[in-house]
Amino acid sequence: MDELKQTAAQVRRDIVRMVHAVNSGHPGGSLGCTDFFVSLYFSVMNYSTDFTMDGKGEDLFFLSNGHISPVWYSTLARAGFFDVKELSTFRKLNSRLQGHPTTHEGLPGVRIASGSLGQGLSVAIGAAQAKKLNNDDSLVYVLMGDGELEEGQIWEAAMYAPHHKVDNLIATVDRNGQQIDGSTAEVGGLGDLRAKFEAFGWHVMEADGNNFELLLPALEEAKAATGKGKPVIILLDTEMGFGVDYMMGSHKWHGVAPNDEQLEIALQQLAVNTAADY
Amino acid sequence: MKEYTYTEKKDTRSGFGDGLLEVGRKNPNVVGLCADLIGSLKMGAFQKEFPERFFQVGIAEANMMGLAAGMTIGGKIPYTGTFANFSTGRVYDQIRQSIAYSGKNVKICASHAGLTLGEDGATHQILEDIGMMKMLPGMTVINPCDYNQTKAATIAIAEYEGPVYLRFGRPVVPIFTPADQKFEIGKAVMLNEGTDVSIFATGHLVWKAILAGKMLADKGISAEIINIHTIKPLDAEAVLASVAKTRCVVTAEEHNRLGGLGDSIAQVLAANTPAPQEYVAVNDTFGESGTPEELMEKYGLTENDIVAAAERVISRK
Repeated sequence: MDELKQTAAQVRRDIVRMVHAVNSGHPGGSLGCTDFFVSLYFSVMNYSTDFTMDGKGEDLFFLSNGHISPVWYSTLARAGFFDVKELSTFRKLNSRLQGHPTTHEGLPGVRIASGSLGQGLSVAIGAAQAKKLNNDDSLVYVLMGDGELEEGQIWEAAMYAPHHKVDNLIATVDRNGQQIDGSTAEVGGLGDLRAKFEAFGWHVMEADGNNFELLLPALEEAKAATGKGKPVIILLDTEMGFGVDYMMGSHKWHGVAPNDEQLEIALQQLAVNTAADY
Repeated sequence: MKEYTYTEKKDTRSGFGDGLLEVGRKNPNVVGLCADLIGSLKMGAFQKEFPERFFQVGIAEANMMGLAAGMTIGGKIPYTGTFANFSTGRVYDQIRQSIAYSGKNVKICASHAGLTLGEDGATHQILEDIGMMKMLPGMTVINPCDYNQTKAATIAIAEYEGPVYLRFGRPVVPIFTPADQKFEIGKAVMLNEGTDVSIFATGHLVWKAILAGKMLADKGISAEIINIHTIKPLDAEAVLASVAKTRCVVTAEEHNRLGGLGDSIAQVLAANTPAPQEYVAVNDTFGESGTPEELMEKYGLTENDIVAAAERVISRK
């Protein structure tokens, strides 16, 4: 557990340094989802860093809300998919670390482009159904933003998965309650997500997305809930900007990079062995 | 003028349905997805023989494109089926991001393209789909001309790794290409060699180009007729070789004159060997309800229109 916390702090350092370096990117959601990404890649999922597109026999992860690419890139690098030094190329010309994730430049770990919202759940369901056809009993994970649930395609997919008994899928929602123009309650009126997904036929769970002691058991419970005829979804309660006090509790840091001074404050709050910085 | 005859008329969508069944038997990775139009797309035989490899998606085309993209990740070769309108415009961003930009091996199979969908009217008669699809980097765009060619194309695209837009239609049309043809993506098919004008046609307009060729021959005009079944990648070599002989061009397509085959040919001519060109295409307008024949006549897509265009373009040489 301490090791996971250390890794999470390191990933958070990477995130703020990456967005600071190019004065662009999305730190808020990235920081909020860091504990989830670290849990998946350092505890929950079975995968090989010897990347293949098919990922046969491996658990797959899809990021639907592609704008939180910094947390994914850092996690992939820290997990060994590519050299952490490459994080310094984020959002720069000729980089594999595009602003939003893509297969186009061949970055290991990424299996679909995302960024235009609402598409990842469908892709993950398709990948899960292909696994079933291949008699591959590994799992498919996908993360969506809560604001992203305003996209209609999500609900097409939400209707499809239970109808087709796609029970090798664990969908997750980053329920931070924030989107660009304000809170999800104000902007989109998301309402009772548990009731909505239950009505669509999902096995619904809720978990604290910023507490390993609660998150890891929830993810294990979700795994145990697969294979029972229903797709699984976890509503992860997270705080945008988690770990950097001045970024927390507001939508303001959705897509804004810290300046030099703010970066120093953030790094002080995320103090780990700085020798491991990229 | 070379003689073309036919003994049977069939819809190109049946060529797709029969081709899908055949390629499904050959290749276990082929899967079918359909958005509540199994009968219209003629996917019933595939569904019946391979129920575990067939996915009824319902009226949710955006989801269908995403599912198809995801299935390729497990090595599947998904064939999606719905009307051309719902295969393109409705799901453009899904195709753009999850399929084209992601380089996924999805075969987007689109029926009821163009005016010949008929009585349903303009909401369903897409005339912009070739343009939309050919603008996507990496997308292959195929518009075969009859039942046999559609069947052959449906089978051939499974062997090609990458996204494909396969466009076909609703009405029965003469079957005049060989049943045993080898379908080569990106390779134009010479139907008649001629010297006075090059007629490049695609889809349902290919047969009309043949009819026009006969009428032109009766007037003493030698038309070269080439079937462009693949609009992207375009067989520029075949286009240029023909124009080198004839020095003028007619393009014929069941599509808006903006963005379709005509524009693809014009671009090749402009960059290599400028030559007069006349378009037989829909003149930047929406369609309407009517029988396919009435619509093709009203919107200027008949053999007579091709003949008139040929005469006009020859006079401009």
